[in-house]
Amino acid sequence: MLLFLAHPLYAAEDARIARGRDLAHDVYKGNCLACHRIPGDSKAITLATIGPPLIQMRERFPDRAALRSQIWDSTVRNAQTIMPPFGRHKVLTEEEIDLIVDYVYQY
Amino acid sequence: MGRTFGLTLLAGSMVIGCAFGAPADEPNEDRAALAAFFKDRFPDAPLDDYVYGALIANPGGREQYELIMEFPPFIGDIDVGKRIWDTPFRNGKRFADCFPSGGRGALAGYPYFDDKLGKVVTFENAINACLRANGETEYPYGERQPMGVLTAYARSLSDGSRMQVKVETPAALAHYEAGRELFFRRIGQLNASCAGCHVYNAGNIMRMEIISPVLGHATHWPIFRAGEELMTLQGRFKRCMEQMRAQPFGYNSDEWNDLEYYVSYLSNGLPLKAAVFRK
Repeated sequence: MLLFLAHPLYAAEDARIARGRDLAHDVYKGNCLACHRIPGDSKAITLATIGPPLIQMRERFPDRAALRSQIWDSTVRNAQTIMPPFGRHKVLTEEEIDLIVDYVYQY
Repeated sequence: MGRTFGLTLLAGSMVIGCAFGAPADEPNEDRAALAAFFKDRFPDAPLDDYVYGALIANPGGREQYELIMEFPPFIGDIDVGKRIWDTPFRNGKRFADCFPSGGRGALAGYPYFDDKLGKVVTFENAINACLRANGETEYPYGERQPMGVLTAYARSLSDGSRMQVKVETPAALAHYEAGRELFFRRIGQLNASCAGCHVYNAGNIMRMEIISPVLGHATHWPIFRAGEELMTLQGRFKRCMEQMRAQPFGYNSDEWNDLEYYVSYLSNGLPLKAAVFRK
């Protein structure tokens, strides 16, 4: 079992999630915590109430691509949203969005 | 109400504007609609409490505010402002001579629209007009001293007066509407608008801070952030636009003066209070 977890493939995935977390928490990048709580992540210190808490992400977004497009430009689904269109306005690069999706999708 | 509030408001105003082609009660209807919107959100808050900004949703913070305001840490700055206000110009006159009642209660009518100038006149503009009329050099806008501390003192002379900004002519209405348009406009890399936070998310928490409602926004400037950092209303516009990652328009720009006119009008009827502590 331990050998299984130590497999390089999983280590690489952990590294991606760690990078995604850094980007998500960075106020100059994703700054997700300005608006969302992430109860599954004890390092996500915030009292935010603006957006929904990032929980049950697989239930809310069975299609991972839908979550990605929500981050890329959430005004498509909700014209009134306050969420910045991270991809359309190039707040984040395409790769940075992928990393944040990896991080968020585990909750 | 709810999420379509701004669009409804704008659409409604356009209909009124087209139907009558005159100011009518459009600004007053905007103000009443906002007051009703916030009444829904903060049902227990008396209207006058909107001058406390985000503290309306934070009773503990309000208590702390009241304690700090008993001996405000910025009282020295207000004294400096008072000295500037009281120091005679070279011709022997003073700032007090430029305003009715020596400036007492004068702030309630600012900004106003000057039809001859075709411009919104802020209190800072009136200070500079006073200097000009008396052969003195105007003060730069957006600086802590002299303009910031001077207006902090001068506004304290209007403490308790109720805001009564007027929009009386079609030209005035056009500038009010320009301010409103900017207030609802999405701007900058983060695609945010003033309304996005200060209408739709007022009372919500952004990371660790409660967002203030626009109602009451214009009644208490300058503020002293953390008790020491003097920030004027247009200084706050600047900070907000930087946070939205937009290019700030600049102190005394037509855009910000119109915006100040609009947000000030929305606070009509609320008591002025200057200067105040904010976190």
